[in-house]
Amino acid sequence: MSWVAKTLSSSLGKKLLMAGTGLFLCTFLIVHLIGNLQLLKEDNGQSFNIYASFMTHNPLIKVISYGLYFFIILHSAVAIWLTILNKKARPADYAVSNTSSTWASRSMMLLGTMLLIFIGLHMVHFWARYHFDNGLSLVSYGTEPMKNLYEIVDAMYDRGNEGWIGFYVISQLVLGFHLSHGFASAFQTFGLNHRKYTPIIKGAGLTFSIVIALGFAIIPILMYLN
Amino acid sequence: MSEGTMSLTLKVWRQKNSTSKGEFKTYPVSGISSDMSFLEMFDVLNEELITKGEESIAFDHDCREGICGMCSMYINGRPHGPKNAITTCQLHMRSFKDGDTITVEPWRASAFPIVKDLAVNRSAFDRIIASGGYVSVNTGNAKDANDILIPKEDADEAFSAAACIGCGACVAACKNASAMLFVSAKVSQLALLPQGKVESQKRVENMVAQMDVEGFGACTNTGACSAECPKGISLEHIARLNREYFSAKLTSNNV
Ligand code: SF4
Ligand code: FES
Repeated sequence: MSWVAKTLSSSLGKKLLMAGTGLFLCTFLIVHLIGNLQLLKEDNGQSFNIYASFMTHNPLIKVISYGLYFFIILHSAVAIWLTILNKKARPADYAVSNTSSTWASRSMMLLGTMLLIFIGLHMVHFWARYHFDNGLSLVSYGTEPMKNLYEIVDAMYDRGNEGWIGFYVISQLVLGFHLSHGFASAFQTFGLNHRKYTPIIKGAGLTFSIVIALGFAIIPILMYLN
Repeated sequence: MSEGTMSLTLKVWRQKNSTSKGEFKTYPVSGISSDMSFLEMFDVLNEELITKGEESIAFDHDCREGICGMCSMYINGRPHGPKNAITTCQLHMRSFKDGDTITVEPWRASAFPIVKDLAVNRSAFDRIIASGGYVSVNTGNAKDANDILIPKEDADEAFSAAACIGCGACVAACKNASAMLFVSAKVSQLALLPQGKVESQKRVENMVAQMDVEGFGACTNTGACSAECPKGISLEHIARLNREYFSAKLTSNNV
């Protein structure tokens, strides 16, 4: 094994991969949320559709999106690898356990698994239809005709679909918990722990997880109510 | 002043040897003084067992004053019991109430195999230390202690890391049985001092490699280790371990 592979496959290296990919996925969440907030504009989906079309056609964003898919897979794969090794390191459970750590920090794998299921369904709902469903209606805003993604989203968050709306909202709660530990934890893994900055990082992580979870959760709720 | 005696029910993990299957056995104990230490309470119980012709409960202990780190017991779901920043030998029976049921288990980690009952084999820690937790000193005349100037803050920080007694409570508390807190303390105490800097890259590389070989888990940054550490070793040391390790891996000549 080369020294790079050896470093990245060590216990610390695997954590570095988790932290690096995790923080990249955090930046993606910000972009995704800003895009989605356009669903709330009262313009019958115009700005959202233009945004969606831009995101799928801009070559730079295309490259980044392949990176994104790869990072999601890498983040999940290393997580599974770590979980197996960690379970091997502690094969037997205690009969009584009272350790003081947050539930989120102990449940990252569970939360992550739920998120992976969410991402899969989410891509089936929107991404796959946007890319492969030729029956989608087209709209034009004085531009080339583009697929009307807004229509699918609008139909998804409509009356009669309460089950899916509930699933989306709960998934955002899961995301919030995952981030509440993951964000600050990534910095610690990078070795960035400092008396001055760690409290700021922890505060920022908590704020980030709340803003992201609330931001994503509010969209289906508002669209449902409208 | 003594507050009278107490009666308790102990649920203790009994296991013949490292390969046999263990189980909990329940023992009533009475006449326990609240001023006794937790280990002294076990001494009383063992005396009784021996008198009755039963096998006594094996547990580790040595100094009984919180410095050797031997007294590993997982008491009511926490390493070293319900109090913070102490070892089992420093835990007194006044921390419990008359009539309590107390569950006592050994450290659980595949890197710490159970020898018998509550005693585990922690020599994995020794092998990690042997892989790099030292400074090489040539023989010759002893140097003047103040030859090398060390900032007070660095000395204090190194000392706080050096307070680690190798008890393994961090491993026991961690859901991954990770030894990061221990290794980070041992790396830090030397990395912070000029004498330790000389070998710092090789040290951290070898100690982390040995830690992985021993089968300890990785760190999820839950913080359970530091919360249970009898010496209050801080998570800052784990961050330093990470920094030391990654920068060593990037820049050292060890391919
Ligand atoms: S870091 Fe704390 S808990 Fe871990 S071995 Fe050292 S003293 Fe014990
Ligand atoms: S017996 Fe030495 S620390 Fe408890």
